[in-house]
Amino acid sequence: MPDTLRLAFAIAAKDIRLELRSRTALLSAIVFSALVLVVFNFARDPTALAAIDLAPSVLWITFAFGAVIALNRAFYVERENAALDGILMAPVPRSALYVGKLLANLAFVGVVEAVALPLFVLFFNVSMGHALPGILGVTALATVGFVAVGTIFSAMVVRTRFAELMLPVLLLPFMVPPLVGAVQVTARLLAGRPLSEMEGWLRLLTAYDVVFVTLCILVFPAVVDE
Amino acid sequence: MTPDLSAARRTIRGGLALMTLGLLAAAGVYILALYYTPIEARQGLAQKIFYVHAPAAWGALVAFSVVGLASILYLWLHDERLDLFAASSAEVGVAFSMVMLTTGPIWGKTVWGTWWTWDARLTLTLFLFFLFVAYLALRAAVPDRGERARFSAVVGIMGLVLVPFIHLSVYLFRTLHPQPVLLKPSAPSMPPEMLRTLLSGMGAFTLLYLGFVMVRYGIACAANVRGGSSNAV
Amino acid sequence: MTAPADAPLLEGRGLTRAFGALQALRGVDLAVRGGELVAIAGPNGAGKTTLLRILAGLMRPTAGEVMVRGQRLTRSEPGPRRAIGLLSHQTFLYDDLTPAENLQFAAQLYGLPDAAAAVRIALDEVGLSARAATPVRHLSRGLLQRAAIARALLHRPDILLLDEPFTGLDAPAAERFRSLLRAQLAAGRALVLVSHHLAEVWALATRVAVLADGRWALELDRPGDLAAFHARYGELVDA
Repeated sequence: MPDTLRLAFAIAAKDIRLELRSRTALLSAIVFSALVLVVFNFARDPTALAAIDLAPSVLWITFAFGAVIALNRAFYVERENAALDGILMAPVPRSALYVGKLLANLAFVGVVEAVALPLFVLFFNVSMGHALPGILGVTALATVGFVAVGTIFSAMVVRTRFAELMLPVLLLPFMVPPLVGAVQVTARLLAGRPLSEMEGWLRLLTAYDVVFVTLCILVFPAVVDE
Repeated sequence: MTPDLSAARRTIRGGLALMTLGLLAAAGVYILALYYTPIEARQGLAQKIFYVHAPAAWGALVAFSVVGLASILYLWLHDERLDLFAASSAEVGVAFSMVMLTTGPIWGKTVWGTWWTWDARLTLTLFLFFLFVAYLALRAAVPDRGERARFSAVVGIMGLVLVPFIHLSVYLFRTLHPQPVLLKPSAPSMPPEMLRTLLSGMGAFTLLYLGFVMVRYGIACAANVRGGSSNAV
Repeated sequence: MTAPADAPLLEGRGLTRAFGALQALRGVDLAVRGGELVAIAGPNGAGKTTLLRILAGLMRPTAGEVMVRGQRLTRSEPGPRRAIGLLSHQTFLYDDLTPAENLQFAAQLYGLPDAAAAVRIALDEVGLSARAATPVRHLSRGLLQRAAIARALLHRPDILLLDEPFTGLDAPAAERFRSLLRAQLAAGRALVLVSHHLAEVWALATRVAVLADGRWALELDRPGDLAAFHARYGELVDA
């Protein structure tokens, strides 16, 4: 395994171990997502709109907000005792640091989504059966996109005064293309539409992922190196 | 007076000159628009907002491209002036996008009865506005100059790359959700007088953009030299 | 390319660091050979921390270069970075992990071949083996410092940079630390130490230098009388 990848996995493993020890960020993100779902449930008028029409939007807004909460922690742990300096001093390529953080964040957001999805099915009485593999697929695709951008922004905002506020302000415009694509595909999957109707959106999602992961790897050194 | 300060003052003076020129040109365009350009058949007098609306959008787009370009150059050359220039452009850009975003709904409501439509140009400018705001908010939150410049440059570049994806999203959205036929007369079918007024409007706003940015950049440079943070960008 | 045997382990050539109009370092030169300890003092804001961060590879100089064993210190080359260790008042440790886990992670970062063995040896050397499974958060201050030392020395760096290491150490701890420094020097390492309390390392220092306003203001080989030095230093700082 090339050095960079091995280092990335080491960094991701360290982050996961840390989060399993303290569990604070993960739990708050999960609870937050559950609360959002509950609010959505009470906020709508069951007679006016069928659940199935709202479902994709509700699901993805929940995922998006949960992700923002989870992403805030990414570089926060590196602030204590200047741990980030310890990594930057070592012979670690900056791309390895970024990919490691990205993998750890994907794991965390993945857990939040894995909890939110069944809750969503439960609260909104949405039958997913046939569409489940597709929905899992599009979830993975869209999540990579906004976690990639969120990872880099969380590295920046951790050094600002109002970090929790700055992250959504920066990140939400960038979340729109993956979100819109994900909602469109999810809606069509739930309605059992043919794949041809989703092609354009899937291509958008894939292109977004490829372009932004690459771009983030390229600009990440400018964020962490003085 | 130190050399840097006098250069800054020259930039401000030049900028003010361009600004005055731009304002005169804009005034000229409005006279053109109101008195010499024919009234559009379907929309009536309200359509004339277009001659402010479209050039403002153009100005915002120019400002955004400059921010993106200056950001790339900054990460390459590490010249602090590029960072100050990008930030000045962002401040002017946010103003232009606000003009566009206020004239748009006024026009829409007057002519079609809706405040907002998710058409390509409005949506894009809305996103430019949000990106400008995010850029400027980040700058305000980072006290260290080197860090501020680096972070802003990264956001500028990422914003630039985001724009085509916004475009694509809107395009996909609209082809699958046909919208009522709307807004501006498209260029080929525009009578020559309208086109001329539109282009003059764009020229006037370009002058205004340059003037505003130069003044702001000059002020930021001067603040930089003096080491204060009140007029810093 | 191997450097001649007598060449300095660590060299700084014309190190400059500026942003816009602010100059933190103005062309600083430095050379430290194995077995030497260079002590750096100076008023606050003189640029000492900046210099140390540049030598550690954490900051890029605006101009000038850092040479480690004859090789340039760059962003991408891993070799030179393996030769540098930094001991600061920040420990670079994760509070929720144990010393063993922290060292294991550091071993991975430095690509050490037998990580488990290296970690075990490092913990033994600082006497932390008994508490190796306690999260860092629960360690006393003294044990914390030992963990930090273990991390800094884990990869056996040839060059050790120290930023105010005597801060908060009581007399016995300071004496133990001095023995540690003596042992490092005896092993042929190059040490650069920044401190406000030069008295602590006066006996060990090969050279003493004072940094003021981004430049060397005073350099002494084999410093003699501490009181005389303080007098000169006082003049400098008040000037």
